[in-house]
Amino acid sequence: MNKPIRRVFYVVIALFTLLAIYTARWTVFEAQSLNQNALNRLPAQKQQKQPRGAIYTASGSALARSRRSADGTFVRTYPLGSLFAHPVGYSYAVRGQNGLEKYYNDRLTGEVESFTSILDSLLGRGGEEQSMVTNLDRGAQSQATNLMAGRSGAVVVIEPSTGRVPVYVSVPGYDPAALRTDAGANDLFNNRRSPLVDRVSDATYPPGSTFKVVTATAALDSGLLTPEGSVDGSSPQTFSGQPLANFGGTNYGRVTLSDALQNSVNTAFGNIGVDLGEDTMLDYMERYGFYKPPPIDLPAGGLLSSGLRDAQGDLLAADSGADLARLAIGQERLAVTPIQMATVAATVANDGIRMEPRLARLFRDRLGRVKKRIDPERAERVMTRKTAAELNEMMRRVVEGGTGQAANVGNLRMAGKTGTAEVPGGNQAWFIGFAPYDDPQYAIAVTIEKTDGFGGTVAAPIARDVLQELLGQ
Amino acid sequence: MLSARNRELFGLLPVALTVAAGFAAVLIAAEAEVNDLTLTYGLAFLVLCLLGHIFIRLRLPNADPYIFPLTALLAGIGIVTVYRIDPELAREQAQWFVLALVVFAATVVVVRDLSVLERYRYTIAAGAFVLLLLPRLTGGIVNGAYLQVNLGPLSFQPTELAKLAVVVFVAAYLAETREILVTQERRFLGVSFPPPGYFGPMIAIWAVAMVMLVFIRDLGSAVMFFGGFLALLYVATGRLSYVVLGLGMFVLGFAFFSETVGHVQSRVDIWQHPLDPALYDMAGGSYQIAQGMFTMSDGGVLGSGFGQSLLSVGGTQILPAAQTDSIYALFTGETGLVGAIGLLLIYLLFIQRGMKTAIIARDAFSKLLAVGLTAVFALQVFVIVGGVTTVIPLTGVTLPFVSYGGSSVVANFILVALLLIISNKARSEEMTGGVV
Repeated sequence: MNKPIRRVFYVVIALFTLLAIYTARWTVFEAQSLNQNALNRLPAQKQQKQPRGAIYTASGSALARSRRSADGTFVRTYPLGSLFAHPVGYSYAVRGQNGLEKYYNDRLTGEVESFTSILDSLLGRGGEEQSMVTNLDRGAQSQATNLMAGRSGAVVVIEPSTGRVPVYVSVPGYDPAALRTDAGANDLFNNRRSPLVDRVSDATYPPGSTFKVVTATAALDSGLLTPEGSVDGSSPQTFSGQPLANFGGTNYGRVTLSDALQNSVNTAFGNIGVDLGEDTMLDYMERYGFYKPPPIDLPAGGLLSSGLRDAQGDLLAADSGADLARLAIGQERLAVTPIQMATVAATVANDGIRMEPRLARLFRDRLGRVKKRIDPERAERVMTRKTAAELNEMMRRVVEGGTGQAANVGNLRMAGKTGTAEVPGGNQAWFIGFAPYDDPQYAIAVTIEKTDGFGGTVAAPIARDVLQELLGQ
Repeated sequence: MLSARNRELFGLLPVALTVAAGFAAVLIAAEAEVNDLTLTYGLAFLVLCLLGHIFIRLRLPNADPYIFPLTALLAGIGIVTVYRIDPELAREQAQWFVLALVVFAATVVVVRDLSVLERYRYTIAAGAFVLLLLPRLTGGIVNGAYLQVNLGPLSFQPTELAKLAVVVFVAAYLAETREILVTQERRFLGVSFPPPGYFGPMIAIWAVAMVMLVFIRDLGSAVMFFGGFLALLYVATGRLSYVVLGLGMFVLGFAFFSETVGHVQSRVDIWQHPLDPALYDMAGGSYQIAQGMFTMSDGGVLGSGFGQSLLSVGGTQILPAAQTDSIYALFTGETGLVGAIGLLLIYLLFIQRGMKTAIIARDAFSKLLAVGLTAVFALQVFVIVGGVTTVIPLTGVTLPFVSYGGSSVVANFILVALLLIISNKARSEEMTGGVV
């Protein structure tokens, strides 16, 4: 009977080899995909055992801190509550992570320091956590939030030359602390106003006439028109078999490009769009960053690309046979994020060079030594310096004598463009712009959902007041 | 050369080192002070090991010198891991070890020579049958399977004892009938079949395994019992065709029930797609398996460090059944692939000693009993580790000596006692040149 006994033992060895192979599969070969699986909250939960670096505004107000609780784990607190919830995000074992907390998790936990010894590794010790200083400005953020007065929408400010983002407001906001309980989280998930949605980078709206800045860029930069070049602005005209009228039905006759932007003449821009053609329009949209997720330092899952979208909200292919006249005036099926429109304004303000928006500024260790600076990142030159200067001048005239006059106050020296898109339930009101036009410090995009007002009446005043606050006026 | 018993005593040294190092690591990780109580656990455990050793020295002087130290090593790993999960559970586990050693000694004294088991084989078989049905009657569902008997404050899992009884019965039955099975086999279509008169008991055991699958809802035990039975049948007859036949019947039965019986089917779904969000969120779904996989992946090659796995956050348990079903996942998470393979090797060494005992045993019953016990032990490790690592669907059996659980510890110490009795007898005969 001894031969069969040996064979039984060999079978056992084979079975145990299978066990070892499967153990290796989960611990080594497929460990990375398991660690990144959405269901796996263990990495976030483990991090609760270690202190997490604090997050500050540019001037040092605490936005997030780690507090040690009785069971030895660290719990995140957000001293300013809902004010910075969207950019900062949250980090809770029970809920996972979002926002800057997620994007810069490795630095905040110290995982980025991989000098650990084998002893450290056996005892599970990681690197030292780092604190984060952001570009966010508490005063301006607070002011922008107050000015929105609870109306759903977004305000975002970019420093044109660096891409720094001092204001990042999405209304309605939410208190991250509510996410610590299932009841609180469910309330937020089920809230009809969707407070958890980041309306700056993760929501798209029809841009209305603010998009004419993009069309004007293409017209000037491609050499189709000069600011004084004349276009047919009579109203109504027929495009793609459908009549298109100007706001209020005003017939402008032949107008210059500059006047067309100042008075937001739909039919003139319709003609420009048709003359530019699809390829040129899409080329300039892509230069501005359309059709790609905004290159901001936030988690990829919460970033939407701007561009033409179908009824289901899916991005349409570039050669989808768009109605060019209506695309040129920001209608068609165009859907854009506020961060994208702020980038358009910032690019014009920065002599035509597009910078990538950045929320984080630098990281420090426990002793306050700077471990990492987030340097400005140039995306690309969208247009020539000359085109940018011409657009700057044209947008200045919009504020001084056109649809954006509500933003024309004192020594603010603002340039901009209004927009109003009709949507079911009201208007999507827009303002994009920058100030001061002769030395741009800040570019801004403001949008309000389903309002009775217009871009020039409700969005422009908010932009004006926020930039005044930032410029210390 | 050292005598067997002195080798055993030396074998206990690594056990002492493991237990000491393990407790120290847990304490460092927990940043707690080394207090008297924890040291007491460690010392008490080692004293128990020594008492066991002295008892074996007196009663089973020629028994295999490695089986007991390997058992102690596994138990040591177990108590440290359980202590790391919950010191209170470790205290209870230590009490179970005391009881298990008493039962161990009683087994050695009562069984003495194995003829008692052979003589009462039908009584033992009946006992096994009752044990298996008890949980269904008294209704203790654990993790969707009827595994537990509740007797007032005490509860025990009778399958642990039943597995021993079934092995004893089958070994005794086959020791008696193996010659008839081989000499009177029928050949049909080129395949050997057992003689018709002996077909019955085999169908019966297959039926019992199927009943366990459907009514006790315990695939793990079914695999253990039936696998052990097939191993014995093969060793007794040397006929691979019987094994293939039996395996085919089991797989057919399993396939049939997994199509027709809901809970078997959902177990299979969960096993195939543990990371499916719908199954993960379902009550009784793949949460436990998925959490086990996440815990293992967290460990990597070297592990996250002993005592470092996060077991709960804010009172919420992260790894369900960490001290029982999922203890292998926890151990792998903390000691990594290296530790896990080390643990599997310890089991393999134990199994090798069991097989060695079967090989040197002289009489058929001893041989078959040793093979059966070792095979069932090996299958138990395979069922739970295979379940946790998704080689097979997960069912709750304990990881022998390591998992928390009184019934399991007691039953497995009886198993060790039987192996040592067989080994002592065989090696004594070898030395004296005696014949059966």
